[in-house]
Amino acid sequence: MDVVLEAVGLAKTFGAVKAADDLSVRISRGQVVGIVGPNGSGKTTFLNLVTGYLSPARGQIHYLGKEITGLHPRQVTRLGVARSFQVPQLYTSLTVLENMLVALAIRAGRQGDGWRALRTRARLAEARPLLEKFGFGDESGQVVRTLPEGGRKLLDVALSFALGPRLLLLDEPTSGVSAADKFRVMDTLIGVIRESGVTSVFVEHDMDVVQRYAERVLVFSEGRIIADDPPGALFADPVVRRHILGEE
Amino acid sequence: MRGAPVSRALAGAAPWLAALLALAILPRLLPDWLGFLLTVAFAKAMVVLGVAVLLRSNLVSFGHGLYFAAGAYTVGFAGKWLHLRDAVLLILGAVVVSGALAAVLGLFLAFSMILYSLLLRLYSLTGGTDGMVTAPPTILGFAPGAAAGRAHYYLTLGCLALALALTRRWLSSPLGYLASAIRDNEIRVEYMGASVRQGIYRTYLLSGVLGGLGGCLVAFSVGHIAPEFSYWTQSGDFVFVTVLGGYASVFAPVMGSVVFELVRNYAYALSPYTWQMSLGGILLLIVLFLPRGLWSLLAPRAPVSNPWTSSSKR
Repeated sequence: MDVVLEAVGLAKTFGAVKAADDLSVRISRGQVVGIVGPNGSGKTTFLNLVTGYLSPARGQIHYLGKEITGLHPRQVTRLGVARSFQVPQLYTSLTVLENMLVALAIRAGRQGDGWRALRTRARLAEARPLLEKFGFGDESGQVVRTLPEGGRKLLDVALSFALGPRLLLLDEPTSGVSAADKFRVMDTLIGVIRESGVTSVFVEHDMDVVQRYAERVLVFSEGRIIADDPPGALFADPVVRRHILGEE
Repeated sequence: MRGAPVSRALAGAAPWLAALLALAILPRLLPDWLGFLLTVAFAKAMVVLGVAVLLRSNLVSFGHGLYFAAGAYTVGFAGKWLHLRDAVLLILGAVVVSGALAAVLGLFLAFSMILYSLLLRLYSLTGGTDGMVTAPPTILGFAPGAAAGRAHYYLTLGCLALALALTRRWLSSPLGYLASAIRDNEIRVEYMGASVRQGIYRTYLLSGVLGGLGGCLVAFSVGHIAPEFSYWTQSGDFVFVTVLGGYASVFAPVMGSVVFELVRNYAYALSPYTWQMSLGGILLLIVLFLPRGLWSLLAPRAPVSNPWTSSSKR
């Protein structure tokens, strides 16, 4: 299988805290990988290292065979690695549709395509079905700051998805989403991801979500990966259950 | 089928064309001094438009006098050294010079004050505090002579209409939206693969060019330029007018600029020594009761997502 992402011996510390400690992992094309672990175990740091927000003290990161260690987030994004955030990062004074149009314009020309209108017929024809995939129909004219948290989470991922990534990294896609909405949000996200075949990695605290949607789970602890298995096998392991679920 | 969008576009443009026509007729109905005041207000409105464009990206410029003075002194130096008098060439020169300055310097108060010091001290070149007298420009070879005041009015109105149309176009383009996106969330802009720095830089360029254009047109109509054009109080005036008019529409800076010139004129006539206090009082009232500026009197509803281009389809 093609390797989309390979991290080798990553190290990163914050004071006395080891956020990445000789961390190595390979992720193959089309996989949907869940990352779990207690707070401070290095889950978000891993995403930040891959996307260039942080540089590792040691180790390398390869994306589609090319080393991307230490590249700026903008460069990493341009290569095809997109991410969403624990706290959705959106253009809150613009509408849902305008957020999507900006994403598509940036993808087309990186800085947009000059003085032509943002709302071209072609761009609208691409934006609307894409938003519908993520569950935005009538809300596309709604100003983003008025969206509920679930809607913001979906839009955050939708914007990343609109960039046409080969690797999609999602940081806690259901945090802040109500218990009633979390499966609806994940059904939508994972449905689009599987349909497109894009490789994705999501960090998650909710074990129900991980068991239901991940085909492979990485368990982080103190900057290391202590388990790497399909969810069925993993959650049957008493060591992992103790570590993650706190069971005695 | 193609007729429908064309007629929609014409219907959308109709109010603005009507306003332009009304402004074109106005000088025939007004006394000369008021026509002159409007000419200066329209010219300065372009500078204010530049400040407002920056404010949309959450950038405040207290150094816009730099570009205003650059545009004005381009007229002065081009006349003195190159004997250039054609308005079109002078306007192009002012646009190039202010654009080049914006490309190199950015929007720092310090640079505007450095320029002020240079204009003040290089007496043999600039005339120092006396400033420079600029010859009335010709317009494509035509010398307006006694009708210069009216000619300057129409020239300024034409340039203002063009500046408004171009700025509106820019704001409805991806580049304009990128400025709003940068204001809302720089992190997301970078994580989409766009450069915040470049986005801001392009906004600077547009803003600087508008500043230079305004300065050039003020030089035409006033016929005299002085180092005070680049002094920080002049830059402060432009920010004042931006707050006064608001920036919920490209037309708001025009409204702010006209009101400012009228208020200043009457405040100075009524109270020559305390007229700044009157302006300060008005600004205080605006901030307290019309935080979105005078324009909100005409468009009182809550702003839509991108109010500068709100007539475009959703």
